Amino acid sequence: MTAFLTIIIVLFIAVAIWQMVKIFDLAQAGSNESAVATDKDNKINGYLMMGFLAFIYIITIVSFWYLGDLPLMSNSASAHGPELDNLMIISMVIIFIVQTFTQFLLHYFAYKYKGEKGKKALFYADNNTLEAIWTFIPVVVLAGLIIYGLFTWNSIMNIDESEDPLVVELYAQQFNWKARYAGEDNVLGMANVRLIDIDKANILGLDESDPNAQDDIITTELHLPVDRPVLFKMRSQDVLHSAYMPHFRAQMNCVPGMVTQFGFTPTVTTAEMRQNPDIVDKVKHINALRAENKEAIEERGQELIYEFDYLLLCNKICGKSHYNMQMKIVVETQEEYDAWLKEQKTFENSLIKEDLKSY
Amino acid sequence: MSAHADTHAHDDHGHHHHKETFVTKYIFSQDHKMIAKQYLITGTIMGVIGVLMSMMFRMQIAWPEEPNVLFEALLGKWAPDGVMDADIYLALVTIHGTIMVFFVLTAGLSGTFSNLLIPLQIGARDMASGFLNMVSYWLFFLSSVVMIISLFVEAGPAAAGWTIYPPLSALPMAQGGSGMGMTLWLVSMAIFIASSLLGSLNYIVTVINLRTKGMSMTRLPLTIWAFFVTAIIGVVSFPVLLSAALLLIMDRSFGTSFFLSDIFIQGEVLHYQGGSPVLFEHLFWFLGHPEVYIVILPAMGLVSEIMASNSRKPIFGYRAMIMSILAIAFLSTIVWGHHMFISGMNPFLGSVFTFTTLLIAIPSAVKAFNWITTIWKGNIQMNPAMLFSIGFVSTFITGGLTGIILGDSALDINVHDTYFVVAHFHLVMGISALYGMFAGIYHWFPKMFGRMLNKNLGYIHFWVTAICAYGVFFPMHFIGMAGLPRRYYTNSNFPLFDDLANANVVITVFALVGGVFQLVYLYNFFVSIFYGKRTTQNPWRSTTLEWTAPIKHIHGNWEGEIPHVHRWAYDYSKPGHDDDFVPQHIPLKEGEEELQH
Ligand code: HEM
Ligand SMILES: [Cu+2]
Ligand SMILES: [Cu+2]
Repeated sequence: MTAFLTIIIVLFIAVAIWQMVKIFDLAQAGSNESAVATDKDNKINGYLMMGFLAFIYIITIVSFWYLGDLPLMSNSASAHGPELDNLMIISMVIIFIVQTFTQFLLHYFAYKYKGEKGKKALFYADNNTLEAIWTFIPVVVLAGLIIYGLFTWNSIMNIDESEDPLVVELYAQQFNWKARYAGEDNVLGMANVRLIDIDKANILGLDESDPNAQDDIITTELHLPVDRPVLFKMRSQDVLHSAYMPHFRAQMNCVPGMVTQFGFTPTVTTAEMRQNPDIVDKVKHINALRAENKEAIEERGQELIYEFDYLLLCNKICGKSHYNMQMKIVVETQEEYDAWLKEQKTFENSLIKEDLKSY
Repeated sequence: MSAHADTHAHDDHGHHHHKETFVTKYIFSQDHKMIAKQYLITGTIMGVIGVLMSMMFRMQIAWPEEPNVLFEALLGKWAPDGVMDADIYLALVTIHGTIMVFFVLTAGLSGTFSNLLIPLQIGARDMASGFLNMVSYWLFFLSSVVMIISLFVEAGPAAAGWTIYPPLSALPMAQGGSGMGMTLWLVSMAIFIASSLLGSLNYIVTVINLRTKGMSMTRLPLTIWAFFVTAIIGVVSFPVLLSAALLLIMDRSFGTSFFLSDIFIQGEVLHYQGGSPVLFEHLFWFLGHPEVYIVILPAMGLVSEIMASNSRKPIFGYRAMIMSILAIAFLSTIVWGHHMFISGMNPFLGSVFTFTTLLIAIPSAVKAFNWITTIWKGNIQMNPAMLFSIGFVSTFITGGLTGIILGDSALDINVHDTYFVVAHFHLVMGISALYGMFAGIYHWFPKMFGRMLNKNLGYIHFWVTAICAYGVFFPMHFIGMAGLPRRYYTNSNFPLFDDLANANVVITVFALVGGVFQLVYLYNFFVSIFYGKRTTQNPWRSTTLEWTAPIKHIHGNWEGEIPHVHRWAYDYSKPGHDDDFVPQHIPLKEGEEELQH
């Protein structure tokens, strides 16, 4: 319905444009004004330049006002998150200062020096000092950002295995995720998609003869104990996917034929995050919006009431249902985690045994 | 060397007294001016298709899965009951990106203006090889036709994103569009690359060999510098994409495993072993990143020229502008890895690419400051071309600044492949280059068609487009910073993103209005070709050589001798002259110093 309305509106606009075009055409045919800008044009467009500068500032403010809670820059839930957020905020501040300033200069000059008949421009072709200044300033600012950025990048990507991280495999396939826990030995069993045996429910292609594989645990939800470093090993069985965990400031592609990795330490449990005032507000806001859209949501068969959860999203185009490839992440206390893990079947026990199959 | 150029041009001219038929004049023309127009018209048609596609998928984002009569009419079986299918959504995004980047802003922009301006501004009778030039256009035309045909394939057009990463693009069972649709996409791009290479070689040879007497490299207008360097980047990087495409074709059709390994799909293990998709990413982006400069450099050249002419001032820092074009060209070939920070590539490489990427920000910043200084204390003539040039600088800055975030490997972890990226690259390359192209069209329309575009329509076109461009792409940064991934058919499966739905509606409305207002431009363009005001010899009072050529197009460009060049291209408002511009072919006065720095 809304879509239909839009089309009508667009059609109206088209007609309006057409009318306007005709009016302008007639106006021009009558006068012998040339097709080159006159002083009057310079003046009008000069003022419009200032108007446009205002528009840029306004759209910036409005965007911040309505969309400025920026969940990717606040309330991170991982140990390296605050550092990244800091770097992001510093970069954003620099960007906004430069943006405000240069847009001002550009539009203000366009307005200030709008052409007039008889005026002559300044013949000013070069100035090496100026060139040096505006080469040097970006060099210094960027050098600072690069150094800060590289330190952050290295500390995130160099995973310290001596801290005994929990090893978890994230396994991607069109269009869902699986998690594989390394079990008691904290060593993932060997696996290759060539070993997949659907009949025996060996869905991730684990090497059935590998002792390390026997205690592995395959799940469809990702549970993580809080404050323990996690080392993710990513695999994909078909096409590229990307394991994107925005709340933890974490992302890594899953590449068929290769194991990629990413590590972080979750610091805030799901339960705690649900209590966070910002998140409470956000959830309230979302639920108010959902109440307005009740019908559409129920038609889709979704729960009407939204409750906050961490998510793993697929963030690399992977085919038709790319838009719905997600897995819930639960961060909980060690005890809760242990209790949950105990309920899951080990690989050994989840296999359908030959003798059972041939009744 | 110039003497040689001159004699060559002379006897070239001697051959041009044969009779022209309709076919040799309008279709299989070897005249660079006609070929430029052919590029422009073909690019325009592709542009209309690309923009229409973006309007459709934007409607799907704003009003997900709602029936829409437009979809029903245009998409047919892909929109049962008017509801857009998820596969065709991805296909629309993919073809939109491909068409915009390659067909509109590479061929349409570079092809049009390199062809039109290189011979006219350097004082040559035509391109070095008119025949190759003609072949280049017709290959481009053919590749456009193949791309259009691919839209009608039974299983759907290519839908793996314009980056066509395998295995998705390699396996028909992974996605409908990876069957015949992808084959045609690859064929079309292979032809396109051949066309682009022929064109680029021609531009390079022409600029090196056919400059008129006195036109030294440091007297060249910045447009020519930009086209010249763009052509070099193209020759260096396009062959790499061609090889990537060929290897992908081998993997798809001949069972090789360059990019594929260990794949289990739809219940079976495929035979591929030992290849790597990451290798494809390297090859793709080795072209892909330079490609964005192939798109933006010509626009920068056009804008530099138009800003100087309309400010009635020399371009500020001519030498620095050339140096920064060269620096950008060089650096552009060593930054491709910033698209792959989280591809599984070694993190150390990530550090290196962060470093080179932030380096490239420096020449870009220099250029922006030089443009701003160019209009300072100018006598600015607000012609539509000038408005689009100012708009170019504005969007280039806004879009370029966010590159600081995306180029920083640490920050990219979190915004990679979100709408933040979509906002960034549309502003810095899509919209900016489009503005550059519009600026060029408004400025050189008289040279192309002997008539003027209607300026009032130009004003409407600019201001509405400017507002809508920011309206679409500015809020998109924020949506991206909320973590919304791109290439999602609908966001309704993520209640987490429900609070972005209204912003998405606003963006779509801006996109629709902006798209529809391009009709003003199309009307102006096509009507003015036939009914526009007749132009005068040098309507913008510019210094460059093309305005000394007769309005009526003739083979060989100038009757009689080609003008000789005595000064650089930017003697605007030079003290000691009555007029506020001194064309390049006017000899220095006695005692006048040429600005040579
Ligand atoms: C009419 C104005 C335009 C609008 C409203 C528009 C909108 C969009 C949107 C929303 C997307 C992202 C869809 C997604 O990732 O899910 C997109 C993709 C893209 N657009 Fe545009 N766009 C426009 C013009 C352009 C221009 C001028 C270019 C030229 C560079 C361009 C190049 C691209 C590319 C390369 C992609 C990526 C395609 C892909 O993901 O494979 N667009 N466009
Ligand atoms: Cu996906
Ligand atoms: Cu790049």
